[in-house]
Amino acid sequence: MNMITRNIQKHAASLLKAETVDVFIGFKAGSFPMSAAPVIIKNPEQAQALIWDSNCRLNLANYLTNRTDKIGIVAKGCDSRSIVNHIIENKITRDQLHIIGVPCSGMVDKTKIASEFTDEITELREQEDSLVIKAGSETRILAKGEFLRSNCLSCTHRNPVLYDQLAADLVTEPVIENQFADVDKIESLSRDEKWLYFDDLIQNCIRCYACRNSCPLCFCPTCFVDESNPQWVGKGIDSTDVRTFHFLRAYHCAGRCTDCGACVEACPMDINVRDFTRKLNKDVLDMYGWEAGLDIKKRPPLDTFNPNDPDEYIK
Amino acid sequence: MEIIKIKKTAWPGGIDKARETYHLFGPVKDKSCHIFRPLENNIYPDMEYTSSTLSPKSVLFPQTQKILETSVDESEKNHHILTPVKQDNTPKAVIGIRPCDAKAMQLVKLNFDTKDYRDPYWCDAYESSTFIGLAANTPSIFDFSTSAGSGPFEEDGLDVLLVDCKDHYLAKVITEKGKSFLNTTGFNESTDQNKADQIIKDLKTCAEGIINSSIRTENLKEKTVLDLYNAPFWEDLAFSCISCGTCAYVCPTCWCFDIQDETRGSLVTRIRNWDTCMPPLFTQHASGHNPRGEKTQRVRQRFMHKLKYFEDKYDQGIMCIGCGRCVEKCPVNIDIRDICNLMNAYEPEKESAVSKLREK
Amino acid sequence: MKNPYTPYPVKIDEIEIATEDKSLKTFKFIFLNKEDEKKFSYQAGQFAELSIPGVGEIPIGIASSPVEKGFVKFTVFKTGVVTSHLHKMKTGDIMGIRGPLGNAFPWDNLQGKNLVIIGGGFAFTTLRSSIVFMLDPANRSKFGNVDVVYGARSPGMLLYREELFDWEKRADINMNITVDSTDNPEWKYNTGFVPTIVEKKIPKADKNTCAIVCGPPIMIKFTQPALKSLGYHDDQIIMSLENRMKCGIGMCGRCNIGKELVCKDGPVFTLEELKQTPGEF
Repeated sequence: MNMITRNIQKHAASLLKAETVDVFIGFKAGSFPMSAAPVIIKNPEQAQALIWDSNCRLNLANYLTNRTDKIGIVAKGCDSRSIVNHIIENKITRDQLHIIGVPCSGMVDKTKIASEFTDEITELREQEDSLVIKAGSETRILAKGEFLRSNCLSCTHRNPVLYDQLAADLVTEPVIENQFADVDKIESLSRDEKWLYFDDLIQNCIRCYACRNSCPLCFCPTCFVDESNPQWVGKGIDSTDVRTFHFLRAYHCAGRCTDCGACVEACPMDINVRDFTRKLNKDVLDMYGWEAGLDIKKRPPLDTFNPNDPDEYIK
Repeated sequence: MEIIKIKKTAWPGGIDKARETYHLFGPVKDKSCHIFRPLENNIYPDMEYTSSTLSPKSVLFPQTQKILETSVDESEKNHHILTPVKQDNTPKAVIGIRPCDAKAMQLVKLNFDTKDYRDPYWCDAYESSTFIGLAANTPSIFDFSTSAGSGPFEEDGLDVLLVDCKDHYLAKVITEKGKSFLNTTGFNESTDQNKADQIIKDLKTCAEGIINSSIRTENLKEKTVLDLYNAPFWEDLAFSCISCGTCAYVCPTCWCFDIQDETRGSLVTRIRNWDTCMPPLFTQHASGHNPRGEKTQRVRQRFMHKLKYFEDKYDQGIMCIGCGRCVEKCPVNIDIRDICNLMNAYEPEKESAVSKLREK
Repeated sequence: MKNPYTPYPVKIDEIEIATEDKSLKTFKFIFLNKEDEKKFSYQAGQFAELSIPGVGEIPIGIASSPVEKGFVKFTVFKTGVVTSHLHKMKTGDIMGIRGPLGNAFPWDNLQGKNLVIIGGGFAFTTLRSSIVFMLDPANRSKFGNVDVVYGARSPGMLLYREELFDWEKRADINMNITVDSTDNPEWKYNTGFVPTIVEKKIPKADKNTCAIVCGPPIMIKFTQPALKSLGYHDDQIIMSLENRMKCGIGMCGRCNIGKELVCKDGPVFTLEELKQTPGEF
């Protein structure tokens, strides 16, 4: 058992025992290799089920929305920023939360790992910075650092920004030369090439809304795609409707997205929906100097008006 | 049943011949997924695939399908009178479908073909389709079909069963439809029937032995609906669910659909789309009342339907064939195997005895 | 078999405002093709999907009675996208009807029995169909006593008012019309909630009586104990449910309660049957 898991179990058990929290939200081991399952526990004895590893790719802040109880929760860097967002947007109050912060060294990309092997992976064990993987009759060791998710590779906030306790020592924040290299690449395409790129990106979308529902930002009581009076968007897989859903959802995340990658993790068709939100994150940084979820006292730029706000796009 | 031999070197040629008579469908690699797609021109089914992300149900039941149309232009004759949209029911051949997915079609048929009503869209597509199955020599780690009413070499719902024998396939001809398909391909190499039968039996035993995942269902029928419905485990089980549509959409036995009218200019099309019981909108009344407004109610509905209501209604086992797609793709790793075993083992009398103890 | 998704084309022949607040309208439809009317032959208790191209469909109980020929009538409450659109339509407009759908009241079993009919608000539509059916000279002798309790918030909210008052005068039916309250001094009928009137006016149960209950959930909630106190068993109480529907033919999966599909195995169930299902309606 790794140290972080041990600490999370210890802290969760004592929080529940002391009734500092009513419930504790964390991860338990998944039922197949390279998976982890969100879980809610209510008794100290259940804390033994909690784990932490490089498969904790979902954003648990998603489960805080509108809860009224006292909640213990595990949060890595990006998750903690989503919690800050949630507090600013009145979806949860700071007093309700006891956050166990986890300084994160990155989550692994299960699709990238799977593509290294011809057979299905039957076991993945983490040994410090290595992944010991069994697939078919083969056992191979991969370097974890080479198989991180793309959002983890460009992450500049590994340490949680808001927490009550830490499950491990803080890690050094990396210096990344061009955080938005992926966005630049798409921006350099011609207009027609961009159209084809994005059309190809969402070609296999099945409108399951796993991306939307795994995102802590998406908490509208009635999402715009579910409105019926008037109905804004068709519900099928007609490409116009699929595009409308993705474009509008991305815009609704502008200035709020922490690039946690839960959307990509949730998508059953492996669509990198972050290609939409990454561009908006870059624009918000360029135009307003803003990164979401860093300070519970600051309101996001799309929430506030400042006479100095850029306006060259107003013609 | 006759077994013929198909050399893999002869395979593309035979498939090309079949194209002249059948509209072919098969698993195609698309980025990191396999999806059942129409096989145009020089595309062949990927017979090396383990399992497809989306099931082949889309061949008979497209995700978005136009079913009726009319014009609302009052100068047109028959304006506002909806008429069926003609569907393409040229003979289809679905190549490379796994036995459990073919069994799933049989279960779905119970819904669309009843003594009172016949859904012409699904039924006509089904009747015009020939299913050329591919046995799973190495079942996926998610496969639990052998305890869910199917198996890697089962023949229920298939017209031909292909068994991969490295440099050739053995093809078991199961129905007349299967025979007709093979006639168009020209595949007809004879082979020693007894030897072939034994090879298939051995591979079957081996494949079934690889499956180490199973569910227990033997007690589900005798339990009452209300006992399972009122079981205390639903609430915590439902916590992590995010009410998306992943499980329903990847599932080969899920058939729920929505009907929508779309207008473009004066042309109205009534379309049907896959739908899922997981989001609240599914059962929301116009008045605002929602019988399954709580997430726990919806999660419970899914598993009660799959593992209890369906069995009670049709007496054909559970509404799950053990393909494991929902297990693999659920964003939060809700595992139907765990839930099935929980339901199967649940004893309400013991439960109330325990709560009485707790009360003391 | 016929394509069950294709509606019969109909024309709106007459529109009547059914309640004083205009939230309900009664639509009279005639079939564009005469032979469709025969194909649509229905029983009291069934419903149909009213189909408006480009807008959608709604499942509405059939208010007209099988003994009324040449047309079909539906009383529709304006509440959502389709009903709002329907309320704006005019006589002469063309739309569609799919049906008849659902399992009807159990008329074969009800023959020779005394019937108690209890309705509230705008759930009275299929009850009207039932009453007109029973009062028809060809049918009246097949049933015993018919006692009715029907209530609405106020006199202006009662459906089919003129018919109700006519039935009240008849000797072969015992009408108990009630309103929750009224400040009209001319109101000659009952005042009080439906469950209260049921307890006061409805005869005690015997093994030869059945009660049919249709109404909003709150009315049903309080009517059940009232009937119980009068000795009615669960298998003597017949209810008609509502649920969100789309296909109406038991295929889209949306309207289920347990293994029963409200559109096909229902909407009519006995209370005994309902108590064995999860109450998700």
